[in-house]
Amino acid sequence: MKIAVCIKRVPDTETRIKIAADGKSIDESGVKFVLNPFDEYAVEEALKLKEQSNGEVVAICLGPEAAQETLRTALAMGVDRGILLKAERLPRDPLVVARALAAELEQGGYDLALFGKLAVDDYDQAVGTIVAELLALPSVSAVTRLEITDGHATAQREVEGAVELVEFSLPAVVTAEKGLNEPRYPALRGIMLAKKKPLDIKEVELDEGGIEVLELTLPPDRKSGRIVGEGAAAVPELVEALRNEAKVF
Amino acid sequence: MSDILTVLEQREGVVKRVSHEALAAARALADELGCEVHALVIGPPDTDVTGLGQYGADKVMTSLDEELTLYQASRYAQIAADQAMGGAYTTVILGATSLGKDLGPRIAARLGCPLTSDVTSISGVDGIVVTRPVFAGKAIYRLKITGSPSVITVRPNAVAPVAASNAGVVEEVSASDDVKPAVARTLEVRAPDNAALDVAEAAIVVAGGRGLKEAEHFKLVEGLAQALGGAVGASRAVVDAGWRPHSEQVGQTGKTVSPNLYIALGISGAIQHLAGMRTAKVIVAINKDPDAPIFKVADYGIVGDVFEVVPRLTEAIVKAREG
Ligand SMILES: Cc1cc2nc3c(=O)[nH]c(=O)nc-3n(C[C@H](O)[C@H](O)[C@H](O)COP(=O)(O)OP(=O)(O)OC[C@H]3O[C@@H](n4cnc5c(N)ncnc54)[C@H](O)[C@@H]3O)c2cc1C
Ligand SMILES: Nc1ncnc2c1ncn2[C@@H]1O[C@H](COP(=O)(O)O)[C@@H](O)[C@H]1O
Repeated sequence: MKIAVCIKRVPDTETRIKIAADGKSIDESGVKFVLNPFDEYAVEEALKLKEQSNGEVVAICLGPEAAQETLRTALAMGVDRGILLKAERLPRDPLVVARALAAELEQGGYDLALFGKLAVDDYDQAVGTIVAELLALPSVSAVTRLEITDGHATAQREVEGAVELVEFSLPAVVTAEKGLNEPRYPALRGIMLAKKKPLDIKEVELDEGGIEVLELTLPPDRKSGRIVGEGAAAVPELVEALRNEAKVF
Repeated sequence: MSDILTVLEQREGVVKRVSHEALAAARALADELGCEVHALVIGPPDTDVTGLGQYGADKVMTSLDEELTLYQASRYAQIAADQAMGGAYTTVILGATSLGKDLGPRIAARLGCPLTSDVTSISGVDGIVVTRPVFAGKAIYRLKITGSPSVITVRPNAVAPVAASNAGVVEEVSASDDVKPAVARTLEVRAPDNAALDVAEAAIVVAGGRGLKEAEHFKLVEGLAQALGGAVGASRAVVDAGWRPHSEQVGQTGKTVSPNLYIALGISGAIQHLAGMRTAKVIVAINKDPDAPIFKVADYGIVGDVFEVVPRLTEAIVKAREG
């Protein structure tokens, strides 16, 4: 099987967001960037499938020069080669991002393209599914279980209070939800090997798409609350406050 | 003038509350733009579409078929995109549920238009402008949608359903001439044995963390959730430990929730957890460590042992709700 994994470079989830001087983006100084956590599940699943059936796993990232590091992380986990679609700025419109990835995927002849369910920065939860539609491929999003035999697949996806079981055939697109697997950590040997693996860089031109950022702000601070008391003795006062002050029940 | 299309979601033939919220968002926008709200309902033949005018729909379009009982992504996308194609609509609005977050991108791809996910407000005064949290709520974008048409998904609990008196006339829409078979087929939907209220949709969430010490002790969390008619949530620590299912995880790599009341039991309040619940209207924390970061976002806190406080709290709430 030839598998593509689309991965994104995102700020570490520990990051405390600061707004940049333009008031429209985050201040990246001092921010540590990582491989998007949901894309780790996608990479892991690709590697597991390769272990079963051989083939090749290719990681594709649309991002700035620095996203080479993100691709190296995937290579260190065991991905065979990487492609950086180089663009210094990503527009806000997921369609533009999806178009660039779809154009690359279309040339690759992949049996399966894996994505993360969502990128923890923009929180769109859209790119993988848009790519599938652009390529007219079957797709299932937010998958927690995937089984593939002879080009036929079944996937499980979690929906509110239930699980959907979906069947489809390859080639296809799947987006990975937490719970699909336990991503491996790159071993030292993997990190050494990754340095020598091929990493192609291609310049891409992106248009702005149909979404303009007017402003990025921090959420209003929650006004500090109060400790109503200590231990079980504080229960009556809490219930009183919830009922008559906060009026939540 | 182009109108607004709202794609409604049903489960077992009943239109979901989140769709009433989507209709409310659409209604408010339509009133600003001076246009109509059309609702599209896709589902089984017995879907109840009465009364949608009272939630703000001027017209209700139905595409009902046995085959559409379960969410069939490609069929649903085809039906919705067929309606939205051709410039009759400025924007397509859906609830940002599992279904909406799968269907929205498909419609946007087919229309070749921008998509904004999980928005918390929409205004039409100066073009279409939306606000939406990013980084799981650590920051908020204000975005102007310059492309038309566009697709917008609205976060559950962000907009309250309205009482309106629009016509809501029902009209059946015919499937397009070339109905394509579903390329990926949903075979079944399995509800877990104890079909629980979903944490992302619930108006009240009681969440537990590592402070509960063992999976067994989540009975305390469930008991309190039940007393309040709420859903159970969990920190990632207890999900990764296998005490609770992934579907209950709240936070940056779990679900983002904004219930009316969020009660955190034995949860420290790591930045990734806070990201997922800080937009709750009222936050209560019970933790034995007075310096736990969760108290920085809590409206009300009790410093104490969950094993001591929670049984008493559950009891008091049962009493309060009875009385
Ligand atoms: C990439 C990444 C993504 C992540 N995403 C998420 C996410 O989505 N959601 C999430 O929750 N976490 C997430 N985390 C993990 C997060 O950093 C924390 O590790 C986790 O939230 C801690 O869970 P906890 O509060 O249950 O446990 P702890 O931090 O161990 O806190 C337990 C708390 O219980 C209190 N306690 C102990 N005993 C009692 C008692 N008897 N009575 C009362 N209180 C008691 C303690 O004082 C303590 O405050 C993520 C981490 C990473 C690296
Ligand atoms: N710039 C990018 N480069 C590569 N993959 C991406 C990029 N943006 C998004 N993706 C993929 O699409 C998924 C969903 O992203 P999003 O729709 O932005 O939440 C991510 O988990 C990635 O797998």
